[in-house]
Amino acid sequence: MDQLLINPNYPHILSTLIFLPLAGALLLLFVQNEYFARFWALGIATLTAILSIPLVRAFDQTSAKFQFAEQYSWINSLNIQYVIGIDGISILLVMLTTLIMPLCILASWSYIKTRVQTFMICLLIMETAMLGVFMALDFVLFYILWEAMLIPMYLLIGIWGGPRKIYASIKFFLYTLAGSIMLLVGIIWLYKTNNYSFFIPDMMWRNYSLTAQIYLFLAFFLAFAIKVPMFPFHTWLPAAHVEAPTAGSVILASVLLKMGTYGFLRFALPITPQATTLLMPYILWLSIAGIIYGGFTALAQQDMKKLIAYSSVGHMGFVTLGIFVMNLEGIEGSILQMINHGITTGALFLCVGMIYERTHSRELRSATGVGKYMPIYVTFLAFFSLSSFGFPGTNSFVGEFMILAGAFKHSIPLALAAIPGAVLAAAYMLRMLQKIVWGGTDNPDQSWLKDLNLREIITLCPFLFFVFWIGLGPQPFIDLMHISVINLLEQFHAHQGQAVAAAELIFH
Amino acid sequence: MQFLPELALLGAALVIFLVSLGKTDADKMKTVAICLGITVFAATLFSFGQKGSLFYDAYKIDLYSQVFKTLIAGAMVVVLILGRKLKDIQKTVHPEYYLFLFISVLGLMMLVSSVELLSIFVAMELSSFAVYIMVPMRNDIGNYHFQMEAGIKYLLFGVTATGFMLFGMSYLFGLTGSTQLAVIMEKLSHIYNQPAAIVAIMMVLAGFFYKLALFPFHFWVPDVYEGASNETTAFIASVPKLAAVALLIRLVSMVNGEGQIIVNILMVCAVLSMFYGNLSALVQTDIKRMLGFSGIAHAGFVLLGILTFQISGYANALYYIIGYVVMNLACFLVICSVSSNGENVQIKDLSGLHKRSPLLALTLTVALFALAGIPPFVGFMGKFMLLAGALRQGYLLLVILAAINTAIAIFYYLSVVRVTFCSDPDNKDSVVSGLFTNMTSIVLLLIIVIMGVAPQRFVDFATFTVQSMM
Repeated sequence: MDQLLINPNYPHILSTLIFLPLAGALLLLFVQNEYFARFWALGIATLTAILSIPLVRAFDQTSAKFQFAEQYSWINSLNIQYVIGIDGISILLVMLTTLIMPLCILASWSYIKTRVQTFMICLLIMETAMLGVFMALDFVLFYILWEAMLIPMYLLIGIWGGPRKIYASIKFFLYTLAGSIMLLVGIIWLYKTNNYSFFIPDMMWRNYSLTAQIYLFLAFFLAFAIKVPMFPFHTWLPAAHVEAPTAGSVILASVLLKMGTYGFLRFALPITPQATTLLMPYILWLSIAGIIYGGFTALAQQDMKKLIAYSSVGHMGFVTLGIFVMNLEGIEGSILQMINHGITTGALFLCVGMIYERTHSRELRSATGVGKYMPIYVTFLAFFSLSSFGFPGTNSFVGEFMILAGAFKHSIPLALAAIPGAVLAAAYMLRMLQKIVWGGTDNPDQSWLKDLNLREIITLCPFLFFVFWIGLGPQPFIDLMHISVINLLEQFHAHQGQAVAAAELIFH
Repeated sequence: MQFLPELALLGAALVIFLVSLGKTDADKMKTVAICLGITVFAATLFSFGQKGSLFYDAYKIDLYSQVFKTLIAGAMVVVLILGRKLKDIQKTVHPEYYLFLFISVLGLMMLVSSVELLSIFVAMELSSFAVYIMVPMRNDIGNYHFQMEAGIKYLLFGVTATGFMLFGMSYLFGLTGSTQLAVIMEKLSHIYNQPAAIVAIMMVLAGFFYKLALFPFHFWVPDVYEGASNETTAFIASVPKLAAVALLIRLVSMVNGEGQIIVNILMVCAVLSMFYGNLSALVQTDIKRMLGFSGIAHAGFVLLGILTFQISGYANALYYIIGYVVMNLACFLVICSVSSNGENVQIKDLSGLHKRSPLLALTLTVALFALAGIPPFVGFMGKFMLLAGALRQGYLLLVILAAINTAIAIFYYLSVVRVTFCSDPDNKDSVVSGLFTNMTSIVLLLIIVIMGVAPQRFVDFATFTVQSMM
């Protein structure tokens, strides 16, 4: 257990973050008042966000260990423990989750009109499960939260979703569940092989046989690639995004998708390094396919939410590209890009949601030419669109730049293949922006539209703040993850050598 | 004192018999029945720590049997409460209905204590015959006689399975010269890979496969579930399965893990049960039929624990079946409440339940997610432990197939959740559930969550129980 670092100043901070929203949700079960439900949920989420700030301040940037760790035995007969902790890879994702939740609640303030209590309960339970997934260091704990998350998300889409909500919610649930079934078998196999322990850090960097690693990697890959989603497992994403209510879309885009890439970093790389080396080229090219495919499909969309959903496929392609080029720039870039995508795409979904609340349509056609009547709105939208295609000075530029730098280091043809994706991103985002701001001669009458109110401006401001902070001064963020990533890569390269020999044995 | 629960049941049955002689008020009858049920439950608790053997060692009282008796009595009380209105059964035969219910439970309680072939047979028949009569006791709707059809199917399949079981018992007797399980166990340990022994054991197991609704003795399930009244189905779907698992564990522990052929046969049965149950459940529109098919699949999962031939595996099976019964009872509680006149409930009848009765909708949703094996509920923990136990024995392929089944199953559970939670009521009446029903559903909900989140004590206790029987 020497991978854990217990921080005596904050002994229970992570558990508090996990259980506070759950406790808040349980109380809401007995509440009938809608106004109280809104304020209560906002209060709980804000409190969680405030409580999470000491994490960053007290985080030891010189250690690759799991910090703020807590460990209790849970189910003795199976040796399942309640172990949580965060390292440089997960801390930013934890922060992203805690900070984005109050904004999601704020964004649903007037959007959700029916069954408000249930909605807030779902959101708060989601927060518990998402934080738990990023903190869990016991594989069963991880799996339980990973699966349990499906229930509130399913309800979010299924109850408050758009016209095709039934189709979308069931597709989302089935895809994710079917994908993670083999992960469960893999977990049990690892448990058996590792002396009947589910402790994740102990499973890493073991010399499992290559065959076992390949099977394990495939199990991991299926679960995580569906969640990311990587091409060709992405088809649930546009459906779910389009039908989900705004807050659901934001959570999906900002946090849920990151769980797939987080899974790759946390499990696939350290547990199956040799299989990763062996299968890396295929995954890299799948990422490229995702980038290009996402870009082209986004270019053809008439539905704004669909457009952003497909752009997510492309952006997440960049993230997986960065992870599997296996060098410092690539991995740091992709962790940063996970955060960036969470911020930018989340904000874009909020923007679409705000237009939808006014026009009740997601069609690009019905939202053309609003720039004249909603100047504040289009200002925000412009910044987020620029950020989305990686305009210099915004956050995504830093992330994509680092990923591409890593890709060039790895292989030039690969990096060149990713470049059109960046161009496409500019094309589809500018197309959307141009239509919304100016439109053409056949704009519908938009003069009745009201510009953003104070609540909406407050919701969007934090996103804008982070867009520029990461865009102009990303160093503090990179410092947080630096040691963990270096540690990951060192260990990985130590185990990679054996894989190359094994690969030659197989292919020759 | 050792025989107290059975005596209490017998006494209860006699009281009801006396009541049935006169003219009775249906309302009073149900109160009497519930009171008697609670008395029986108290009696099982009272005789909890007892040990001993009765009737020339044909009947054993140990922790294992007493635990099962308590569970059976508890499940019976829940069935009595959730079906207390007996909506679809003629008022004049309510006393008789309760009489047969108690007699059937008596048979099941005797079954879990039986350690001798003849007493097993007698107990099994006692429990079965009472249910054969309960099934057709339903109002005839539209002159289709479908409750009769269900009754006849149940009877015919039951008798066939019993025939198999008797035949197998005669083999066991021929091979070992004894009807005592302990003696059989010892003598069989030398020959369990012989064809005659395998045939004998499998045939005896057939009787319990029938009770548990395992492939290939599952054919009665959908029609009986559909044809019997909701209350009867709730009973059939839960209480006998407890007893069947109890005896299955007792019998299977006769063969140890080296009986590879039997392991293989059990594996095939388990996998086929899961696939048959889950695939058939996908297309059902009647919720009882759906639960019937899902029950077949769950029986396959229970077998997954039993075929490990380890104490931990038996304990997992025990844990799982308890969880299954609780989840199932929660579902039937909702079905019985939603069905206003005792008619069958189609899945679409549940639409908008979240508005018509929020508590029942929550109960059904949690129970279905638990059945589907989604954490943090008991269904997930049970499945997880069964899979872990099977993989520990090296049955990787089996575990993969079982895992795939979990993914198939989610679809039909989800489609019910969708109707209850994500659709509007379309002017359907709100469902009134009394205080009794609400309390029961909250208790069931709590059990489902607590067993799922903190399974440690339950598993320890199950292990302890199984160990005491060995």
